[in-house]
Amino acid sequence: MNYKMELTPEQKAILDGKQGETMAKVMKTLVMYGEAFGATKMVPVTSEMGHLVTSFGLKVMTPVYDLMEQLIEAGVKSKQKFSVDPKPLDPKVPSDFLKNVVFKKFMYSKQNSYDEQLRKLGLVSDDAYTCTCYMNEVGNIPKKGDVLSWAESSAVVYANSVLGARCNRNSGIIELMGSIVGYVPYFGLVTDEGRKATWIVEVKTTKKPEAQVLGSAIGMKVMEDVPYVKNLTNWIGTELDDDAKAYLKDFGAATASNGAVGLYHIEGLTPEAVEMGEGIIAEGAKTYVIDDAELERVKASYPVMWKDKNATPKLCFIGCPHLSHAQLNEWTDNVVEGLKKSGRTKVAIPTVFTAAPAVVEDFKKTEYAAKLEATGVVLSYICPLMYMNNPLAKKMPVITNSNKLRTYTTSRYYTSEEILDIITKGVK
Amino acid sequence: MKTFKGRPVVPGTVEATALVSHNGFNTLASFQNALQFGDKTAKCGDQNNTDIYEKPMVGTALCLPQTIGSTTGGMVLYCAKAMDRAPACMLFSEHIDSLAAAGAVLAAVWTDTPMPTVDCLGDDFLNAVKTGDKIKVYEDGTVEIL
Repeated sequence: MNYKMELTPEQKAILDGKQGETMAKVMKTLVMYGEAFGATKMVPVTSEMGHLVTSFGLKVMTPVYDLMEQLIEAGVKSKQKFSVDPKPLDPKVPSDFLKNVVFKKFMYSKQNSYDEQLRKLGLVSDDAYTCTCYMNEVGNIPKKGDVLSWAESSAVVYANSVLGARCNRNSGIIELMGSIVGYVPYFGLVTDEGRKATWIVEVKTTKKPEAQVLGSAIGMKVMEDVPYVKNLTNWIGTELDDDAKAYLKDFGAATASNGAVGLYHIEGLTPEAVEMGEGIIAEGAKTYVIDDAELERVKASYPVMWKDKNATPKLCFIGCPHLSHAQLNEWTDNVVEGLKKSGRTKVAIPTVFTAAPAVVEDFKKTEYAAKLEATGVVLSYICPLMYMNNPLAKKMPVITNSNKLRTYTTSRYYTSEEILDIITKGVK
Repeated sequence: MKTFKGRPVVPGTVEATALVSHNGFNTLASFQNALQFGDKTAKCGDQNNTDIYEKPMVGTALCLPQTIGSTTGGMVLYCAKAMDRAPACMLFSEHIDSLAAAGAVLAAVWTDTPMPTVDCLGDDFLNAVKTGDKIKVYEDGTVEIL
């Protein structure tokens, strides 16, 4: 193949087939991918672990499983262990006979065989299925400056922005190929230049902005660009503590799904913004001012995809991306308090909180677990997005406080405060 | 006839009918129904994309600014190509995004029939081309609206 980038002798040997035809195709894929962005070279992946976006054994994705099989048969393995996005099924999540048949017999009939393929290729453990692999309980936490070969938009934007790692918004399969050869093309968010902010976002709200709406507004405005967000520390502080990290997790997921943001800088808070200050802003950066009215405008613009717009919600999902342990505790306290105020003992709408399997296990060891169970809320490791991606669930009136889930499914968005009201008081 | 010059990401020659999305093309939302439920015409399933919602995508010259949405996007595009549900070519007015590039490259390396992909055609291209126009794409990234 013709290529312009400079390859090391080792990389060139792989491309020339010295490690077999399949490895050559893997390298060719990465080189062509890099060439599309003017990458000048391939750089080593330095993180301890990878993260894959494809966790679902969807029957129709046969070409993906065939490709995986080609890799396995050729004896190709990931050079690093990896975690993967959440599973699409959990028997604990409310369902019915028809959905169970459709989910297990038709849609996700390849789940077990795909799980086995992941094990063979380098899955770190059987409970490493989560979109928040960077939680302490899960342990896939890159260091600042680490070069990653990850996919999953919410994890990539978190790793880049909050942890200061370096990763492009890779697609599924591409991220696995980077982990297999141990190199990624040098372009975009892996480079110093690509990490400069091309937008300045001035937050001028009179109260703490809802993370999911602020992220949505910024994502829709800047699309794939890098924003530098000013004044947000007035509301979330200048320490990257558990609360700030949880806020940025949800904020980032909204920027990545409502737009295509792979990196943001928060003035006075995220590592590169702290280190470089406004020096990280590119010349000629555009400005976007966000006040209360702008957030209201953005929120009001979300289409309601329900056939009956006044339908009573039949299910509520909280945890896309997966909740942190601290968020689970906070939601538990809020639901218990809300039910007490409304004179109820159980939530009025079937409600599912989702978190990483390791976070769920840790949570279960605490006194909060019994308190949450008593409210009727189901705690699951499921991927709400995958649950919703079928014609049966699409017809259900589902509510959520996740802007990512709203974007990709027919679920209806409410702020966390509104959701709490609905599930603890019921719909009037 | 109008002629535009872009950059061939995956070179190839093809003639097809234009399908134009003026907004970002959400790959997962657009293809998931077609892939899951055996729709061989691959009608666009993205309700937010009023330009092309419910219009068949298979075999078209898909004209778009960039793709948006889930990072499964490239993989979905690859599956669409491997399952004969993909457009005949993809023509980007802007620089191709990383997810679409992944899909185009995966299709080129891992299937027998690459999907010609041209980017950097400019805003003028997207303003000029209309759904239903006949399009011819050349190896060197030249695109003609016939």
